[in-house]
Amino acid sequence: MDFENEMKLEFISKSVNEAFARISIAAFASQLDPTIEELADIKTAVSEAVTNSIIHGYDNKQGIVKIVAKLKNNEIIIEISDNGKGIENVDIAKEPLYTTKPNLERSGMGFTIMESFMDSLEIESIVGLGTKVTMSKKIKPKTEENDEFELISNA
Amino acid sequence: METQYYKKDKLLVLKITEEIDDCSVQKIRRKADYEIERYMPKRVVFDFDSVTFMDSAGIGLIIGRYKFTNMLGGKLEVANLTGSIKKIFEMSGILRLIPITTLENISDIEETA
Repeated sequence: MDFENEMKLEFISKSVNEAFARISIAAFASQLDPTIEELADIKTAVSEAVTNSIIHGYDNKQGIVKIVAKLKNNEIIIEISDNGKGIENVDIAKEPLYTTKPNLERSGMGFTIMESFMDSLEIESIVGLGTKVTMSKKIKPKTEENDEFELISNA
Repeated sequence: METQYYKKDKLLVLKITEEIDDCSVQKIRRKADYEIERYMPKRVVFDFDSVTFMDSAGIGLIIGRYKFTNMLGGKLEVANLTGSIKKIFEMSGILRLIPITTLENISDIEETA
Protein backbone atom coordinates (compact mmCIF):
# COMPACT_ATOMS: atom_id res chain seq x y z
CA MET A 1 0.00 0.00 0.00
CA ASP A 2 1.09 3.48 -0.76
CA PHE A 3 0.84 5.62 2.33
CA GLU A 4 1.25 9.33 2.26
CA ASN A 5 3.19 9.47 5.48
CA GLU A 6 4.36 7.19 8.24
CA MET A 7 6.09 7.46 11.62
CA LYS A 8 7.33 5.14 14.33
CA LEU A 9 7.77 5.73 18.01
CA GLU A 10 9.25 3.53 20.73
CA PHE A 11 9.46 4.28 24.41
CA ILE A 12 9.76 2.43 27.69
CA SER A 13 6.60 1.63 29.60
CA LYS A 14 6.61 4.51 32.06
CA SER A 15 3.33 6.29 32.67
CA VAL A 16 4.94 9.71 32.17
CA ASN A 17 5.26 8.67 28.51
CA GLU A 18 1.46 8.55 28.07
CA ALA A 19 1.37 12.31 27.55
CA PHE A 20 4.40 12.15 25.25
CA ALA A 21 2.73 9.48 23.11
CA ARG A 22 -0.63 11.21 22.67
CA ILE A 23 0.96 14.61 22.01
CA SER A 24 3.34 13.12 19.42
CA ILE A 25 0.51 11.34 17.59
CA ALA A 26 -1.63 14.47 17.73
CA ALA A 27 1.21 16.50 16.21
CA PHE A 28 1.57 13.90 13.42
CA ALA A 29 -2.21 13.75 12.85
CA SER A 30 -2.45 17.52 12.54
CA GLN A 31 -1.08 17.16 8.98
CA LEU A 32 -4.63 16.07 8.08
CA ASP A 33 -6.02 19.34 9.45
CA PRO A 34 -8.35 17.77 12.01
CA THR A 35 -10.79 19.77 14.13
CA ILE A 36 -10.02 20.26 17.81
CA GLU A 37 -12.64 17.63 18.56
CA GLU A 38 -11.18 15.05 16.16
CA LEU A 39 -7.74 15.67 17.65
CA ALA A 40 -9.09 15.24 21.19
CA ASP A 41 -10.67 11.92 20.15
CA ILE A 42 -7.34 10.66 18.76
CA LYS A 43 -5.39 11.80 21.82
CA THR A 44 -7.85 10.09 24.16
CA ALA A 45 -7.82 6.81 22.22
CA VAL A 46 -3.98 6.78 22.11
CA SER A 47 -3.81 7.53 25.82
CA GLU A 48 -6.12 4.60 26.58
CA ALA A 49 -4.16 2.14 24.44
CA VAL A 50 -0.77 3.21 25.79
CA THR A 51 -2.06 3.08 29.37
CA ASN A 52 -3.33 -0.47 28.73
CA SER A 53 0.09 -1.55 27.49
CA ILE A 54 1.85 -0.04 30.50
CA ILE A 55 -0.57 -1.10 33.24
CA HIS A 56 -1.94 -4.37 31.92
CA GLY A 57 0.53 -5.54 29.26
CA TYR A 58 3.66 -4.92 31.28
CA ASP A 59 1.93 -4.72 34.66
CA ASN A 60 4.20 -1.74 35.47
CA LYS A 61 7.34 -3.78 34.75
CA GLN A 62 9.68 -2.30 32.18
CA GLY A 63 9.08 -3.04 28.52
CA ILE A 64 8.86 -1.27 25.19
CA VAL A 65 5.69 0.25 23.77
CA LYS A 66 5.71 0.73 20.00
CA ILE A 67 3.53 3.02 17.96
CA VAL A 68 3.31 3.11 14.18
CA ALA A 69 1.11 5.82 12.70
CA LYS A 70 0.22 6.13 9.03
CA LEU A 71 -1.58 8.80 7.10
CA LYS A 72 -3.42 7.77 4.00
CA ASN A 73 -5.58 10.26 2.16
CA ASN A 74 -7.83 11.57 4.90
CA GLU A 75 -7.32 8.71 7.32
CA ILE A 76 -4.97 8.09 10.22
CA ILE A 77 -4.14 4.49 11.14
CA ILE A 78 -2.46 3.93 14.50
CA GLU A 79 -0.93 0.66 15.71
CA ILE A 80 0.05 0.45 19.36
CA SER A 81 1.80 -2.73 20.45
CA ASP A 82 3.59 -4.25 23.40
CA ASN A 83 5.37 -7.52 24.19
CA GLY A 84 3.55 -7.86 27.47
CA LYS A 85 1.47 -10.61 28.96
CA GLY A 86 -1.40 -10.43 26.45
CA ILE A 87 -5.15 -10.61 26.92
CA GLU A 88 -6.75 -13.98 27.62
CA ASN A 89 -10.19 -13.12 26.33
CA VAL A 90 -10.40 -10.04 24.13
CA ASP A 91 -14.22 -10.11 23.95
CA ILE A 92 -14.54 -9.95 27.72
CA ALA A 93 -11.82 -7.28 27.97
CA LYS A 94 -13.74 -5.14 25.49
CA GLU A 95 -16.93 -5.19 27.54
CA PRO A 96 -17.77 -1.78 28.97
CA LEU A 97 -16.72 -1.36 32.60
CA TYR A 98 -14.82 -4.68 32.66
CA THR A 99 -11.55 -4.31 34.52
CA THR A 100 -9.04 -6.73 36.00
CA LYS A 101 -7.90 -4.06 38.45
CA PRO A 102 -11.03 -2.59 40.13
CA ASN A 103 -9.18 -1.97 43.38
CA LEU A 104 -6.94 0.55 41.62
CA GLU A 105 -9.90 2.75 40.65
CA ARG A 106 -9.82 1.70 37.01
CA SER A 107 -13.00 2.50 35.16
CA GLY A 108 -12.88 -0.35 32.62
CA MET A 109 -13.68 2.09 29.83
CA GLY A 110 -10.47 1.92 27.79
CA PHE A 111 -11.61 -0.21 24.85
CA THR A 112 -15.08 1.38 24.86
CA ILE A 113 -13.49 4.81 24.47
CA MET A 114 -11.14 3.61 21.70
CA GLU A 115 -14.08 2.04 19.89
CA SER A 116 -16.36 5.06 20.06
CA PHE A 117 -13.75 7.79 19.54
CA MET A 118 -12.18 6.10 16.50
CA ASP A 119 -13.82 4.68 13.36
CA SER A 120 -12.36 1.21 13.73
CA LEU A 121 -10.63 -0.85 16.40
CA GLU A 122 -8.88 -4.19 16.04
CA ILE A 123 -7.21 -6.08 18.86
CA GLU A 124 -4.75 -8.90 18.30
CA SER A 125 -3.41 -10.54 21.41
CA ILE A 126 -1.46 -13.67 22.25
CA VAL A 127 -1.07 -14.64 25.88
CA GLY A 128 2.59 -14.42 26.86
CA LEU A 129 3.58 -12.61 23.66
CA GLY A 130 1.78 -9.31 23.67
CA THR A 131 -1.00 -7.19 22.30
CA LYS A 132 -1.42 -5.05 19.22
CA VAL A 133 -4.22 -2.52 18.93
CA THR A 134 -4.93 -1.05 15.49
CA MET A 135 -7.32 1.82 15.16
CA SER A 136 -8.19 4.26 12.44
CA LYS A 137 -10.06 7.49 12.03
CA LYS A 138 -11.10 9.43 8.95
CA ILE A 139 -10.58 13.16 9.20
CA LYS A 140 -13.36 15.01 7.44
CA PRO A 141 -12.05 17.25 4.69
CA LYS A 142 -12.78 20.90 5.34
CA THR A 143 -14.55 22.94 2.70
CA GLU A 144 -13.80 26.64 2.35
CA GLU A 145 -17.23 27.42 3.70
CA ASN A 146 -16.45 25.48 6.87
CA ASP A 147 -13.16 27.30 7.25
CA GLU A 148 -14.96 30.59 7.12
CA PHE A 149 -17.45 29.40 9.67
CA GLU A 150 -14.66 28.31 11.98
CA LEU A 151 -12.98 31.68 11.66
CA ILE A 152 -16.20 33.42 12.60
CA SER A 153 -16.93 31.14 15.52
CA ASN A 154 -13.37 31.51 16.82
CA ALA A 155 -13.49 35.29 16.62
CA MET B 1 -5.09 21.43 41.58
CA GLU B 2 -6.41 24.55 43.26
CA THR B 3 -8.44 24.29 46.44
CA GLN B 4 -11.06 26.72 47.72
CA TYR B 5 -13.14 26.14 50.81
CA TYR B 6 -16.29 28.10 51.54
CA LYS B 7 -16.79 27.67 55.25
CA LYS B 8 -20.36 28.96 55.59
CA ASP B 9 -21.66 26.49 53.03
CA LYS B 10 -19.22 23.73 53.89
CA LEU B 11 -18.37 23.69 50.21
CA LEU B 12 -15.02 22.49 48.89
CA VAL B 13 -14.17 23.37 45.29
CA LEU B 14 -11.32 21.37 43.78
CA LYS B 15 -10.25 22.91 40.51
CA ILE B 16 -8.14 20.48 38.52
CA THR B 17 -5.49 22.34 36.54
CA GLU B 18 -3.51 19.44 35.06
CA GLU B 19 -4.15 16.93 32.30
CA ILE B 20 -5.83 13.86 33.78
CA ASP B 21 -4.37 10.49 32.83
CA ASP B 22 -3.12 7.37 34.56
CA CYS B 23 0.15 9.18 35.35
CA SER B 24 -1.18 12.40 36.86
CA VAL B 25 -4.18 10.88 38.59
CA GLN B 26 -2.27 9.50 41.58
CA LYS B 27 -1.10 12.93 42.67
CA ILE B 28 -4.55 14.49 42.15
CA ARG B 29 -6.15 11.65 44.13
CA ARG B 30 -3.79 12.11 47.08
CA LYS B 31 -4.28 15.86 47.20
CA ALA B 32 -8.07 15.61 46.83
CA ASP B 33 -8.43 13.01 49.59
CA TYR B 34 -6.23 15.11 51.86
CA GLU B 35 -8.41 18.20 51.33
CA ILE B 36 -11.69 16.28 51.71
CA GLU B 37 -10.51 14.73 54.96
CA ARG B 38 -9.21 18.05 56.24
CA TYR B 39 -12.41 20.06 55.66
CA MET B 40 -15.07 17.33 55.91
CA PRO B 41 -17.27 19.33 53.48
CA LYS B 42 -20.98 18.85 52.86
CA ARG B 43 -20.42 19.48 49.16
CA VAL B 44 -17.38 18.71 47.05
CA VAL B 45 -17.30 20.19 43.55
CA PHE B 46 -14.68 19.08 41.04
CA ASP B 47 -14.19 21.91 38.55
CA PHE B 48 -12.99 20.80 35.09
CA ASP B 49 -12.80 24.30 33.61
CA SER B 50 -8.99 24.23 33.28
CA VAL B 51 -8.66 20.59 32.24
CA THR B 52 -7.28 20.39 28.70
CA PHE B 53 -7.16 16.58 28.55
CA MET B 54 -8.83 13.69 30.35
CA ASP B 55 -9.00 9.97 29.59
CA SER B 56 -10.80 7.20 31.47
CA ALA B 57 -8.45 7.64 34.45
CA GLY B 58 -10.58 10.69 35.27
CA ILE B 59 -13.66 8.50 35.65
CA GLY B 60 -11.83 6.20 38.07
CA LEU B 61 -10.72 9.28 39.99
CA ILE B 62 -14.25 10.68 40.29
CA ILE B 63 -15.82 7.32 41.24
CA GLY B 64 -13.20 6.93 43.98
CA ARG B 65 -13.74 10.47 45.33
CA TYR B 66 -17.52 9.99 45.14
CA LYS B 67 -17.25 6.95 47.41
CA PHE B 68 -14.83 8.69 49.74
CA THR B 69 -16.96 11.85 50.03
CA ASN B 70 -20.12 9.80 50.62
CA MET B 71 -18.39 7.79 53.30
CA LEU B 72 -17.60 11.03 55.13
CA GLY B 73 -21.19 12.26 54.81
CA GLY B 74 -20.78 14.69 51.93
CA LYS B 75 -22.01 14.95 48.35
CA LEU B 76 -19.93 15.15 45.21
CA GLU B 77 -20.68 17.23 42.13
CA VAL B 78 -18.85 18.13 38.92
CA ALA B 79 -18.72 21.42 37.03
CA ASN B 80 -17.64 22.72 33.63
CA LEU B 81 -17.64 19.50 31.62
CA THR B 82 -17.03 20.25 27.95
CA GLY B 83 -16.03 18.53 24.70
CA SER B 84 -14.51 15.07 24.93
CA ILE B 85 -14.45 15.25 28.75
CA LYS B 86 -18.23 15.54 28.74
CA LYS B 87 -18.46 12.68 26.19
CA ILE B 88 -16.44 10.39 28.48
CA PHE B 89 -18.57 11.29 31.50
CA GLU B 90 -21.74 10.58 29.52
CA MET B 91 -20.40 7.24 28.28
CA SER B 92 -19.43 6.15 31.79
CA GLY B 93 -22.95 6.44 33.18
CA ILE B 94 -21.72 8.05 36.42
CA LEU B 95 -23.72 11.22 35.76
CA ARG B 96 -26.71 9.24 37.03
CA LEU B 97 -25.05 9.38 40.46
CA ILE B 98 -23.09 12.59 40.27
CA PRO B 99 -24.89 15.83 39.37
CA ILE B 100 -23.44 18.51 37.13
CA THR B 101 -23.46 21.82 38.93
CA THR B 102 -22.64 25.41 38.06
CA LEU B 103 -20.08 27.52 39.87
CA GLU B 104 -21.42 30.86 38.69
CA ASN B 105 -22.98 31.93 41.97
CA ILE B 106 -20.30 30.52 44.17
CA SER B 107 -18.17 33.67 44.14
CA ASP B 108 -20.99 35.39 46.08
CA ILE B 109 -20.56 32.98 48.94
CA GLU B 110 -18.50 34.23 51.83
CA GLU B 111 -15.10 32.71 51.56
CA THR B 112 -12.95 31.59 54.47
CA ALA B 113 -9.98 29.41 53.97
